[in-house]
Amino acid sequence: METPQQPPNADAEANTDQATRMGSQPSPAGSLILEDMGTPGFESEIAHKKKGKVGLLFYVSVFWVVLIVFCAIFADLLPVADPLKQDIANRRSSPFTNGFILGADGLGRDILARLVHGARTSVVISVTAVVVGSTVGGVLGLSAGYIRGRYEGLVMGGVNTLLAFPGLILLLTLVAFVGQNLPAITVAVAFLSIPTYTRVSRATTLAVSQREFVLAAKAMGAKRNRILFREIAPNVAMPVMAFGLIALGTVIILEGSLAFLGLSVQPPTPTWGTMINEGRRTISDGIYHLTVTPALVLFFTVFSLNYVGDSLRNVFDVREGQL
Amino acid sequence: MLTLIGRKAIGLVPVILAASFLTFMLMSLLPGDPALVILGSENADPDTIAAIREEMGLNDPLPVRYFEWITSAATGDLGRSFRTNQTVTDAITERMPVTFQIMVMALSFALLVSIPLGVLVAYKSGSMLDRIVTALTFGLLSIPNFVLALFLMIIFAVELGWLPATGWTRFGTDPVGSIKSGILPALSLSIGNVAVLTRLLRTDMISTLQEDHVVMAKSKGLPTSRILFRHALRPSSFSLMTVIGLQVAALLSGALIVEQIFALPGIGRLLIDSITNRDLVMVQGLVLFIAVVYVFVNFAIDILYSFLDPRIRHGNTTATA
Repeated sequence: METPQQPPNADAEANTDQATRMGSQPSPAGSLILEDMGTPGFESEIAHKKKGKVGLLFYVSVFWVVLIVFCAIFADLLPVADPLKQDIANRRSSPFTNGFILGADGLGRDILARLVHGARTSVVISVTAVVVGSTVGGVLGLSAGYIRGRYEGLVMGGVNTLLAFPGLILLLTLVAFVGQNLPAITVAVAFLSIPTYTRVSRATTLAVSQREFVLAAKAMGAKRNRILFREIAPNVAMPVMAFGLIALGTVIILEGSLAFLGLSVQPPTPTWGTMINEGRRTISDGIYHLTVTPALVLFFTVFSLNYVGDSLRNVFDVREGQL
Repeated sequence: MLTLIGRKAIGLVPVILAASFLTFMLMSLLPGDPALVILGSENADPDTIAAIREEMGLNDPLPVRYFEWITSAATGDLGRSFRTNQTVTDAITERMPVTFQIMVMALSFALLVSIPLGVLVAYKSGSMLDRIVTALTFGLLSIPNFVLALFLMIIFAVELGWLPATGWTRFGTDPVGSIKSGILPALSLSIGNVAVLTRLLRTDMISTLQEDHVVMAKSKGLPTSRILFRHALRPSSFSLMTVIGLQVAALLSGALIVEQIFALPGIGRLLIDSITNRDLVMVQGLVLFIAVVYVFVNFAIDILYSFLDPRIRHGNTTATA
């Protein structure tokens, strides 16, 4: 089953090369993990005029990501208001009025508190989906790339079928099927991200299997499992993980997209996407902070993840350099 | 060449079949009895429910239903909506032009911006301009289309009042109004493409500009613009095209959201409405349609690619990068 998106007749090596690079590039916002990762030809370009050095922006980004994770973990302990408490009299309060630091939403709920608690939703969905997706996809790709033969055909056939759908549409139908709650959405996102990880992992495995140290291990009489898990897997893990780091941002955007389609976690649970979507109604009244504040938080988070991912990849990228 | 197309076309069949089977299974597993949706109430008479189920063939085993659905789909009959009684094909022909128009507008905009910009920064690679553009496109990659859509709406519709915030004018009734109502949605959709295409073209062009034929053109004394656009852009446009094919999926997904935000009567909105209303026949038909379109676009790009690149046409793959 040949994928439509691959160049015709491209030999295995060209494919490998292209797919390896696929795994190491920020994906455009608003798109799915399952799509447009296939942009070939990107090399990481920013933040590394000098290889191996990172700048101030890197530390700011790391700080922001750490802050968000901190908020997500300690949301209940932080001195913020109850994210569900309504104060109808002060609805749509501007920032710094009526005791709301970032203002209040359409039901008079504290926006800061909702942002902090919303971070929890984003972190849980993105981290779980990426860990599950990359582990399952990584192992599938690793085994397919090493075992080859009929097994590989079967795995890649399934992968290509899943990739034949625009991802968001598949996600929508899946979410409609499994239900609008945090675990269900997380599982659906994780499941749909498997194909992309499988491709990256398989492509890297194909490349790594050709290397001298694998041959050396074989010559020394190492068993298949040892070669697979001690020699190849560690080298496949890095690109897959770098890819996962950037996929974190994509998943956060995905939650936002679902919210816009009314299919994210059910209200009143605060999520960034739901906040932006609910705030949308006040735009025509000239009140913007309900939408703009969560939108900016979302943007900073996705940007930071992309930037950190891109920089780390550059620091750890030894593929072309020393080898 | 023809055998190549034929071989690739045959390869599409299993993909489409598998995709359609997946769609069908998903829909059949969805909770909610279609018969109840038709009757519109939870406490309908059990006999009536049974009669409707029988009439719709819902009592047949799944493989039989799938076979009937896919064979009539092959003849262009995707069934009839439970809710509106409109045929799925009619609904698609009615809604598709809207989605198609914003997708075309978005892609045109992306190409209009990214081709000159990509060529320029590739030519001036390493300069201040290059660094600014690279940083900017990196930032653009982190802006979700729904965020951009809302910001554009705030600026151009609410504050400046230049363009309508929501709603749609049909191209047939008022072309100018139609373009106007499509500008903001198309801009929001194109954002990711602008960044992706510019960055891609830049990287690709930088390596193309170092190839022998470009050096040759330079030494012949050809003007820079001619070298850039005729000698360097053409080979670099191959990867651009592949990526555009891949971007169609992103555009389709983006269209779902953008149509929702700007209240456009396109395919995406129809799909969401049908999902919320459990209009199974409509959802099945739409998802199949979208998957088929997506597969065919990539197929077309694939073929076009081989037409443009003689190295692939003649089966010489060693030279492809």
